[in-house]
Amino acid sequence: MKSRKGMMLTGNATAAWGARVCDVDYIAAYPITPQSEIVELLSKWVTSGEMKAKFVEYESEHSMLAGAGAASLAGARAFTATSSQGLAYAFENLFAVSGWRAPMVMVNVSRGIGMPMTLQVDNTDVFSARDTGWIQLHAETCQEILDFIILAYRLGEDRRVLLPVIVNMDGFFLSFTREPVYIPSMEEVSEFLPPYEPPHGIAFSSEELAYAPTIILGHSYSYFKYQMHLSALKAKEVFYEIAREFGDLFGRYYGPIEKYMMDDADYAIVSMNSFTSIIKGAVHRLREEGYKVGVLKINMFRPFPNEEVAEALKGVKGVAVFDLNLSPGAGGIIYPELLRALYHVDERPKVVLDFVGGLGGKELTYGEIRFMVRKVAEALRDGGVSPYATLLFTEEDTRKMIADMEIAGKKWGGFR
Amino acid sequence: MSKFRSVKDIPDDEYVAPGSSLCAGCGSEIIARHMLKVLGKDTIFVNVPGCYAISTLFPFTAVKVPFVFAVFGSGAAVAQGIKDGLDILKEKRGINNERVNYKVVVYVGDGAAYDIGFQSTSAAIHRNLDFYFVCYDNEAYGNTGFQLSGATPYASRTSTSEPLGGSVGNVYRKKDIFEIWRAHRAPYIATISVSHITDMLNKFEKAKQFKGPKLFVALSICPTGWGASEEETVRIARLAVETGMWPLKEAVYGEVKHTFIPRRLKPVEEYLKTQRRFRHLFHPVRREEDIKKIQEEVESYWKRVWETELSK
Repeated sequence: MKSRKGMMLTGNATAAWGARVCDVDYIAAYPITPQSEIVELLSKWVTSGEMKAKFVEYESEHSMLAGAGAASLAGARAFTATSSQGLAYAFENLFAVSGWRAPMVMVNVSRGIGMPMTLQVDNTDVFSARDTGWIQLHAETCQEILDFIILAYRLGEDRRVLLPVIVNMDGFFLSFTREPVYIPSMEEVSEFLPPYEPPHGIAFSSEELAYAPTIILGHSYSYFKYQMHLSALKAKEVFYEIAREFGDLFGRYYGPIEKYMMDDADYAIVSMNSFTSIIKGAVHRLREEGYKVGVLKINMFRPFPNEEVAEALKGVKGVAVFDLNLSPGAGGIIYPELLRALYHVDERPKVVLDFVGGLGGKELTYGEIRFMVRKVAEALRDGGVSPYATLLFTEEDTRKMIADMEIAGKKWGGFR
Repeated sequence: MSKFRSVKDIPDDEYVAPGSSLCAGCGSEIIARHMLKVLGKDTIFVNVPGCYAISTLFPFTAVKVPFVFAVFGSGAAVAQGIKDGLDILKEKRGINNERVNYKVVVYVGDGAAYDIGFQSTSAAIHRNLDFYFVCYDNEAYGNTGFQLSGATPYASRTSTSEPLGGSVGNVYRKKDIFEIWRAHRAPYIATISVSHITDMLNKFEKAKQFKGPKLFVALSICPTGWGASEEETVRIARLAVETGMWPLKEAVYGEVKHTFIPRRLKPVEEYLKTQRRFRHLFHPVRREEDIKKIQEEVESYWKRVWETELSK
């Protein structure tokens, strides 16, 4: 297989290509919108013989994840993809797979978890998995989806890490958007990603092992959980190593974070995933209006890049966190993670405000991005910083809501 | 010809260590021990939460073959992943050590077989997974304190079906898992009992010839939950068979054959009276209607069997 330059691919197709060039052995599948295209493509390739792997469609995500993790435990390189309800349905097996130290890769195509049921994006699904022991990489572009899948296998399979990895993309905004993608050949990828032969795998272990027996006492439970935590922390260090090697091979360099126009920035917008592209675009206009704004994108959510975030925001006066997610009763989910990284740093930004927006695929307008930065500027000038998230809802959103309720024969009472 | 004709034929091989932390008299240990004597050392043992999980508590394990612990509902799904993973390593990557050819057995209680793991089991059977699925059926959630399950028989006391205020205990009928599995057209299905060891060994031996799902349900006496003496385990299991309450049978591609056909049934109360979970049927007053209901159901079952299998 030759490398291909600039193929126009959807995020989903790119994810399937990621699994293909990583020479994945096993694909466990279960359909869910907006992910299904990934497993459909893989199924076609396996059936036609273009891809050498075993493809099994399970009867639920709960079983799908158990099966994928078990195949990884057996010693195969395993892949799966899901979204939203599927991730929630599989939830207890997230812990089982990380506890087995089975370094499979799962793509999550982010979508809100019902009720109310939606097909559109809300990153609360993937963030709900933050405490499960999975490494999390979040992609802004289709190219990042491909590159992060390759990096994910190398990272997870590293003996110092041995943890599964979620690669996240936003439903619709990335899953169904075509972008030019450079796909390396399998030979090129194999230079970076050696075959998976885990010393603890059922097929490879030197003796008969008991995998994950029940633990009764606290000291041994604590030992295994602490060990997992230390391995997850180690993953950042390993990521630097392998990302450098990846960059030297493929010409694209990644870090746990990405700084965009941050060098002279007074203000920063912290963002993740596909909406970061919208915010990057807005930053140019904001600069024309006189706001010296930059963007801090977080690529790696677990382990959380505390030092990198603190370093990137050194000298920045005020920060707006854009949270495309909501923890009802608390606010955005990135916000407290960011505050943890900043609290102990002397040169931390004076103001950090939280904004929740884009939920359910709601448009993020230039006006809203401008509003976030203006609120930060005002707080810097006037004080009075609130720990509560500002919920972005435009006049246009209000008009649409009133119109919907009119169709239903009701008068909208607004937020109460 | 049967390979195992008497207890003298029981293999000496032991893959379950003595002195595990299971309750004394637990049926699940006897079943696991004899099952592995036939399946042998080249077996991967998948277990889920349930009584038998107690056999393997860090840093100890009573099972001498590879042991994988799955979440409650995922036994069969994990077997699928392991089997598929080993197969693809063999086919694609050319790995051909003895480990990749191991059999996979899922060993679970009735909660995981009849209830929470039913969906994943049904799906693995549907995909014709080449594995053994063995349920040690103690007719309730034994490990959590004996709560009602889909396998609990009518009138059994459990900790969530107490015979209080005139209640009979469990008001539901036991699910017929044998028939549910049979509807999936699995190659081999069998019921087994610790009282009929050679019957059990021969069934595991026979199952080896079939590729696809091989399904077993064993009556697993639970001295603590059932309120029975631990030294009575085998005798109670024998009474279950001889009263007709636990038929011993097999189905090969759906064709049912009983492997033990009692010509005369002992009265069910001989079995019921051995266990405190049925004590309220006899004390303080005898609940004639309920005992009769159980007896009649057993008789109507055997009437059909006698008509079909004895006339052949």
